[in-house]
Amino acid sequence: MSGVRVLVGTRKGAFILTSDAKRERWDIGGPHFAGWEIYHLNGSSADPNRLYASQSTGWFGQLIQRSNDGGQTWEAMDNKFVYDGVPGTHQWYDGTQHPWEFKRVWRLEPSLTDPDTVYAGAEDAALFRSSDGGQTWQELPGLRDAKGHLWQPGGGGMCLHTILLDPSNPHRIFVAISAAGAFRTDDGGATWQPINRGLVSKYELPDATAEVGHCVHNLAMHPSRSGVLFMQKHWDVMRSDDAGESWREISGNLPSDFGFPIAVHAHEPNTIYVVPIKSDSEHFPPDGKLRVYRSRTGGNEWEALTNGLPQSDCYVNILRSAMAVDTLESCGIYFGTTGGQVYASADSGDSWKPIVRDLPAVLSVEVQTLP
Amino acid sequence: MIRVALPHHLRTLASVGKEVELQIEGPTTLGAILDTLELQYPALRGTIRDHLTQKRRPFIRFFACGQDLSHEPPEAPLPDAVATGAEPFRVVGAMAGG
Repeated sequence: MSGVRVLVGTRKGAFILTSDAKRERWDIGGPHFAGWEIYHLNGSSADPNRLYASQSTGWFGQLIQRSNDGGQTWEAMDNKFVYDGVPGTHQWYDGTQHPWEFKRVWRLEPSLTDPDTVYAGAEDAALFRSSDGGQTWQELPGLRDAKGHLWQPGGGGMCLHTILLDPSNPHRIFVAISAAGAFRTDDGGATWQPINRGLVSKYELPDATAEVGHCVHNLAMHPSRSGVLFMQKHWDVMRSDDAGESWREISGNLPSDFGFPIAVHAHEPNTIYVVPIKSDSEHFPPDGKLRVYRSRTGGNEWEALTNGLPQSDCYVNILRSAMAVDTLESCGIYFGTTGGQVYASADSGDSWKPIVRDLPAVLSVEVQTLP
Repeated sequence: MIRVALPHHLRTLASVGKEVELQIEGPTTLGAILDTLELQYPALRGTIRDHLTQKRRPFIRFFACGQDLSHEPPEAPLPDAVATGAEPFRVVGAMAGG
């Protein structure tokens, strides 16, 4: 019988939530790596039992963990992330140049076809790849050639937080970096180009339409339509129909177009989800009401999804990697909050229930749909 | 035999108890202890000192015989009591927030 495995990274460990396809009763596994920050854990679509986890603390630095049995046991892999060549400098908060320094891994994205190939998005922003299951890591330095000297850290650091692998073109990868923007390679990672035309950051950048420097919070894509990208920017929800060559705003009637995650329905490529946050100064839902917004038209027309979500006195945040979908027939949507709740909807967002209420602050949520 | 006491998270990572024992060839220096520790427990590489610079991570401290050895150079000899195993060499995670 098919089922769902929800991989939750938190400030103080990883949790694995499992259910059958009904998604009514859940088993809560963990904490794994108790006491450590788990920025991300993710599973291989080529081998669902192969999981990777990014484990770190300010004390002991970065570790990478690997599981070959769906998270029951883990093995520490190589944690040596070394920038290629002389790393050079990027822009610092005060406009001066600052050396590139590795801090942590924000995202792990396994290859769509090979469980031993996995990409790691780092802070300070860079993309690394392992082709041996995490035993060694090599940077793809061409990314930092895409005007890296003009990139600058956002409030959360200069992090490469989003990696989208194109299912229809193995040579094409999209990444997003705060605060640098979105980038695309069409040659497997050797060379990259900024794809930020149409983004407008009038409050954040001296040149509001600069080629790089935009604070992109998250990107999403439906696997059947990889040329269509959706973006939650610092402010503004955006859409591209030409693989990032150009963007247009689709914020429409959202109560706030500030937010962090964005997700696409598993079976409806034009149905997308965001969680509006009041502002860059006040990181919680507007009016204390936790509302997921859904557009069934690919943007601009949005409806609030509130059934089962707190509609008063709710002041949590939903971080950029903390929303995901399953691929069951009735698509499930999941998100985690900084208050430690993981909410799930088994009906495309029409109704919600908390799977668990009192975890540490949730940093990331990924979902595996199991055969 | 050198005794090294590790903090909780590193004991878990290395799958060891509160102390580990190391055999060191040559002088008992700070660098020799860390080199041997990482050789014997590869999972600890990068968690106590930086992979490339070999500098102590900022929130790690080294103590032995009631002395703070955190700022000693790698070639600094350690107290005889550490070299003989009478006292442990302590790797400590600094108190720095929750």
